[in-house]
Amino acid sequence: MEEVLGSLRMITNPAVFAYIMKGVAFTVLISVVAVLLGIFFGSILAMVRNYCTSPKTRAFQWLSIAYIEIFRNTPLLLWIFICLVFCPCPSILNRKLWGLSSAEVKLLFKTAVALILFTSSVIAEIVRGGLNSVAHGQFEAGHAQGFSTVQIMLYIILPQAFQNIVPTLLSQVITTIKDSSYLANVATIELMSRVKKLLSSAHRYNGLNTVNVSDVFVLFGFACLIYFVINFSLSCLVRWLRKRKKKANLVKVTG
Amino acid sequence: MAGLFSPEAWNKIWIYRDTFFLGLKNTAVTALFALALALVIGIFFGLLATSGKKPLAALARVYVEVIQNTPVLLQMCFLYYALAFSNRSIGIINTGILTLGIYHGAYMAEVVRTGIESISRGQFEAAHSQGFGYIGTMYHIILPQSIKIILPPMVNQVVNLIKNTSCLYIVGGADLISVTYSFVTGENTGGAYAPAYLISGLLFFIVCCPLSSLASLWENSLKKRDVRSGKAQKSLERMA
Repeated sequence: MEEVLGSLRMITNPAVFAYIMKGVAFTVLISVVAVLLGIFFGSILAMVRNYCTSPKTRAFQWLSIAYIEIFRNTPLLLWIFICLVFCPCPSILNRKLWGLSSAEVKLLFKTAVALILFTSSVIAEIVRGGLNSVAHGQFEAGHAQGFSTVQIMLYIILPQAFQNIVPTLLSQVITTIKDSSYLANVATIELMSRVKKLLSSAHRYNGLNTVNVSDVFVLFGFACLIYFVINFSLSCLVRWLRKRKKKANLVKVTG
Repeated sequence: MAGLFSPEAWNKIWIYRDTFFLGLKNTAVTALFALALALVIGIFFGLLATSGKKPLAALARVYVEVIQNTPVLLQMCFLYYALAFSNRSIGIINTGILTLGIYHGAYMAEVVRTGIESISRGQFEAAHSQGFGYIGTMYHIILPQSIKIILPPMVNQVVNLIKNTSCLYIVGGADLISVTYSFVTGENTGGAYAPAYLISGLLFFIVCCPLSSLASLWENSLKKRDVRSGKAQKSLERMA
């Protein structure tokens, strides 16, 4: 009983609580940035893979296929390790930022690059699914109206493709939030790593001078709860969007 | 590029090649047993979710939502440290098998559920009226029809499972990624970053790429067949 009270005392300690909440903020920030940039790079990759089929541009298509397949078939952790060694870091980041030390800022940049590279490949496949769902007649119609290929892409194909994949992209946010926990392997920035670090110094905060099994349950349980609340509300949103779309399609067919 | 073209670095890899094979073996063993566990859990909860009994379906729902909405890394740490601090440690590989089995079990359950739900209700009723029991219906009527819907996403889950063995690293695992990392940072072996990461990535790619290509080819051919049978259906309707 004493141990459980100690663990609860630890988590209600304002400093510890603020430390964890900052981790939550970083988790969300990293994931949102990774998905936004992933959508940008992923769209380019998907378009290149789908439409660069003429003999002149074939090489780009192969590059894009290679990129997507390589990243899809290797673990994220490998890319985090690779980026730690090989990713160049601009010197402007060599300073303290948002309460992180300069070393941590650099780690954050490098690991975020790995996450973005990885997420781009996944989102590329999602966007490709969206592009394939747009009927080919749209191209011909666009050409007939005098649009150039770039204009057709920007004004006709992409808007329709993205409309179809909004739910899938949102569930990719959930996946990325979960994937961002892989950063805990190398740096102490986001939620997962902060909780793990707190566990190793729990004896200082629970007033008992030992780390007990109740600390594990309280700390990791609390982290589970936070992840669950964020991801579950997102997945409810995804489900609601899917249901609405299904209904809209039914109206279109029957009406 | 930290030794991508240096013969010494490659030589180092060659000398320590058994390390990589050991890592690959550990990854394979973890993935295989975790897959078996995930299949058992997935079929069990998938059947619960489609049993039509509210409390059982709710139980399956809760399991799937809780597991799918928390990171596998957190679950791994949770299980490992909870066992370690209560002096009941079962070893890293076993913890990995258990965690990955439970985590991917939730995904398998969803795959199985969607597969069974895609079969129209009438099939169940028809089987029931013909005197099939629950197991008979599932085995003879539902399984043969839903297997083609279930298998492609299941193969994708296997690929994810293999990739997720890398989360053993956080508890000091012995899988391929952890072994590679300790190889490149080790005192005697360190420094050969590029070749070591290349080899380890290549090993993953060789295992995962055929599986994921198979899954997407399969899915595409199913989709095409659906389109074709849909067209056939429509032309039949027009003729009638």
